[in-house]
Amino acid sequence: MKFSENWLRELVTVDADRASLVHALTMAGLEVEEVTPLGDQLDGVVVAEIVDAVKHPEADRLQVCKVSTGQGEPLQIVCGAPNARVGLRVPLATVGAVLPGGIQIKAAKLRGVESSGMLCSAKELGIDADASGLLELPPDAPLGESLATYLGLPDASIELKVTPNRPDVLGLNGLAHDVAALFGSRVLSIGVDEAPVASDATRAVRLDAGADAPRYLGRVIEGIDASARSPLWMAERLRRAGIRPISAIVDITQYVMLELGHPMHAFDNDTLSGAIVVRHAAQGETLTLLDGNKATLDPSFVVIADETRPLAVAGVMGGLDSRVTDTTRNVFLEAAHFAPSAIMGRARKLGLHTDASHRFERGVDPALPRRALERATELLLSIAGGKAGPVTVAERAEDLRKHAPVLLRHARLRRILGIDVAAAEVSRIFTALGMAVEEVADGWRITPPSSRFDIEREEDLIEEVARIHGYERIPTTTPAGKIALAPEPEARLSEMQLRDQLAARGYFEAVTLSFVNADLLTTWGVASGWVPLANPLSADLAVMRTSLLPGLVEALRYNRDRQQERVRLFEVARSFHATGGAPDEVARVAVVASGAARAEQWGEVSRPVDFFDLKGDLDALIARTGEPARWSIDTTDLPSWLHPGRGARVLRDGHVAGFIGALHPALAKALDLGADVHVMELALEPLLARRLPSATRVARFPAVRRDIAVELPEDVTWASVEAAVRGALGDTLKAVRLFDRYAGKGIEEGRKSLAMGLILQDASRTLTDDDADARVAEAVGALEKTCKARMRG
Amino acid sequence: MESIEHIDASLRDIESAASLEALDAVRVALLGKNGAVTAALKALGQLSADERKARGAEVNRAKERLADAIAVRKQALEQAELDRRLASERVDVTLPGRDGDFGGIHPITRALERIADIFGRLGYQRADGPEIEDDWHNFEALNFPPHHPARAMHDTFYFGDGRLLRTHTSPVQIRSMQGRQPPIRIIAPGKVYRSDSDQTHSPMFHQIEGLLVDETSSFADLKGTLAEFVRAFFERDFEMRFRPSYFPFTEPSAEVDIRWDADDGTTRWLEVLGCGMVHPNVLKNCGIDPERYSGFAFGLGVERFAMLRYGVGDLRAFFENDLRFLRQFA
Repeated sequence: MKFSENWLRELVTVDADRASLVHALTMAGLEVEEVTPLGDQLDGVVVAEIVDAVKHPEADRLQVCKVSTGQGEPLQIVCGAPNARVGLRVPLATVGAVLPGGIQIKAAKLRGVESSGMLCSAKELGIDADASGLLELPPDAPLGESLATYLGLPDASIELKVTPNRPDVLGLNGLAHDVAALFGSRVLSIGVDEAPVASDATRAVRLDAGADAPRYLGRVIEGIDASARSPLWMAERLRRAGIRPISAIVDITQYVMLELGHPMHAFDNDTLSGAIVVRHAAQGETLTLLDGNKATLDPSFVVIADETRPLAVAGVMGGLDSRVTDTTRNVFLEAAHFAPSAIMGRARKLGLHTDASHRFERGVDPALPRRALERATELLLSIAGGKAGPVTVAERAEDLRKHAPVLLRHARLRRILGIDVAAAEVSRIFTALGMAVEEVADGWRITPPSSRFDIEREEDLIEEVARIHGYERIPTTTPAGKIALAPEPEARLSEMQLRDQLAARGYFEAVTLSFVNADLLTTWGVASGWVPLANPLSADLAVMRTSLLPGLVEALRYNRDRQQERVRLFEVARSFHATGGAPDEVARVAVVASGAARAEQWGEVSRPVDFFDLKGDLDALIARTGEPARWSIDTTDLPSWLHPGRGARVLRDGHVAGFIGALHPALAKALDLGADVHVMELALEPLLARRLPSATRVARFPAVRRDIAVELPEDVTWASVEAAVRGALGDTLKAVRLFDRYAGKGIEEGRKSLAMGLILQDASRTLTDDDADARVAEAVGALEKTCKARMRG
Repeated sequence: MESIEHIDASLRDIESAASLEALDAVRVALLGKNGAVTAALKALGQLSADERKARGAEVNRAKERLADAIAVRKQALEQAELDRRLASERVDVTLPGRDGDFGGIHPITRALERIADIFGRLGYQRADGPEIEDDWHNFEALNFPPHHPARAMHDTFYFGDGRLLRTHTSPVQIRSMQGRQPPIRIIAPGKVYRSDSDQTHSPMFHQIEGLLVDETSSFADLKGTLAEFVRAFFERDFEMRFRPSYFPFTEPSAEVDIRWDADDGTTRWLEVLGCGMVHPNVLKNCGIDPERYSGFAFGLGVERFAMLRYGVGDLRAFFENDLRFLRQFA
């Protein structure tokens, strides 16, 4: 909420400068977002009138004006403003004045014509952003008077960020009460006289919306002058509150809303037929609103209607047809109370947010309508004339919110805040906030004013004490509770250990968005089971990812598009999968690599990253779990995004944990990427499960190594070779190390040669050469039998 | 040795031996089985006892001098040989090493882990919850009634079935308290989502939620805890202020500002945390008796802390994953 500082100071005495006031408001939970000083330097600027204006002989756009300040000879001033005209009263910066922004006014010649002074726009004076022309002053502005005095400057426009629990400060009168409590001063109440009833024009009101609309006051005012302009003081206050003055009637409803916090509405009385009916909208009922848009309603909305049609959406916006126009002669003024629950979310449903809905959905003081109506009447009669009819009051007293007293226990106050606030101070605070205070045995019984919708329980009162007493006066202490030592299971790696391991292997951690373009998932072939957002920001962010890879590969591409050829990225995050109920969220780690296998180096031949580079990274992650034997890899049921010959499925205990390999060339092409992009994605849980070490004795007898080379068909996998050797040698085989793989010249077409070292060791004795030879023979025999192998050399 | 007087010549031979092999040849010629000195020693037997004594001492002296000279020369040759080898093995130690490539941890993770670790040392246990939440956990249990204006401040992403992307990590408070009794200390980092995207808002960002519930906790404890935390995270003291604010799930509520020195030499208050005493309705919703227990909760934006800590000026840099940015966080 934005307001004029001077206006607030008229409502409450504040013995503090602007900075202290702003600080006090912020520290009381009324956060000041912006302070715009207005008219700080207006010495030498006075009210003047243009008494003559002729075209500049040398310049089409300039006029040579004679300007009077009411005394002495008129001054000759050259002016380029389009609205400069004879008879207009305007601000004149006299010679010697220094305007905000540092412009110094001197006597000068403009295109050969003497000019002594400057006629000013609102912007040049630092009081408004309007630079379209001269600031037009009313015809009764006193000539020669200091503009600052005339406009009530300097002032400041102060913008508050009001939290949803404090609708009572969305009017200056409510804000004044908080300020009074903060500074220990008094609110100067706004005197509202009941307007004399001078006509008998009335309009009946019927309440048919139950507790949603328990109070409605209205009155007809006849014979107003709809063309009347708001007086300067009112226009200035509105302007400083960020509201552009429109017409007296509209301005008055706005003014009362700012002053008292109560939204009002004015109808053109001649457009209404019969009684006002406050009711729920019918399903599908439509109404063209003031903004020209047609609203389609449903029974959750309350409408203000007459006997033939809806006129306004209650608490949100009036209708176009019944609005006040320049030709309106008779108005029907409304001040009604709507329950917050009847307004909450309704404006939003229509794509709107209005000053009225903002206040009503938070809660407007149900005691205000009478006062607001009288205040608006008083202003209207004095500005636009007319005769007021009697007030029609319709209310359902049983549906008005009751303000029950709330008990505050002194001990509870002490315990929650951790400070003992003196009883006298507590009483002072509540009294200053306009609450009724009754001392009881162990504390206070507090009755809040009807404007405070946020005082319903003890904590609400504790907050008020803390807020006004000052958060800064509460000490800082250390929680006294016992700290239980949190168990940290050792048989589990942390996500951070996994991240550190990947970083140590050259990967950078990336963070990509959880939602992606549906088309991207379709391109990847991972569209099944996606969870779409109902209200995405854009098509690019429309679907929850089912895999981290599509987004991570986009990040890879982002870097390649910026001359980063060698890219290594990983991400730890969740993928989302539709189920019947709550979607599954699976934590995963994804890894992408492209470019050279190693960073460019002087001592090695560069080669592109390949499957086995990535598999090495996978092996390292698995090794960290301490249980490599539980992991396996195969080529069954590969996803379509993997290269069928260079991709694999990764399993733990036979359950699929993820996939690894080169991107399918067709996908790489569709993504406009090269053939070198390799990826893997694994579920996080199996990678974090690790074995708690259980040590065995180191064997005392030496190991023997025997190297063998066999030739076998190309399609026999290393896994089957290793299995055959292990099967044949059992526990004696400590390790088998593949150290050469060869196919080509010297080897029959379709066959390959594998050379491996067998590490043999017996737990109970030293193996002799004969023992070792016998074992090797067994291994070779097994390879011949199961792998169609032939011994080489 | 027929001409032991030639010893000086022999010493010159030793001196001039150019290699270990040449020196060895000289040694054999002099001291070997058939060498001159050996021969001279053998010849002693043919002399009379007196002559033998004098001659013997002379030959032995000569032998010692020769042996010493050989040893000295040998050491010199070996040293020269080693020097040659070392010279030939010299490498340019300033050439780049192999495989010294490094990766790095994302600054958000880095800040997040640092924060969670600080609270971990204070006994806060890590907790987590789903990112796709239901309305009850994200709003209702946290004391946001349906259509409440406070909900409008959370620009929420919804799914067709009414579920939503959590707008804050606060629902983890609910999940952590349900079915448990105090004392409770949890710290819950994670991704959160708001449908807002511009220079200073990302539709996905990271929060950390902290919660402490026990029999004595007070607003003063909350102030103390957060002051300690800010000091520990930034490793320096800050002027701090707790400003009254409003969150439906805490009361009293506060926003915490720190006095920050900007690069341009100005200082300003920067909001870094939201916090408050857990609202009794929230405790009740989780089956905890608000008369017996009280607690405090706080929430902070990880990106804000990472930006301040590491001098990152643009929020969007966190999500672009540009390696030139990420490399700065090795």
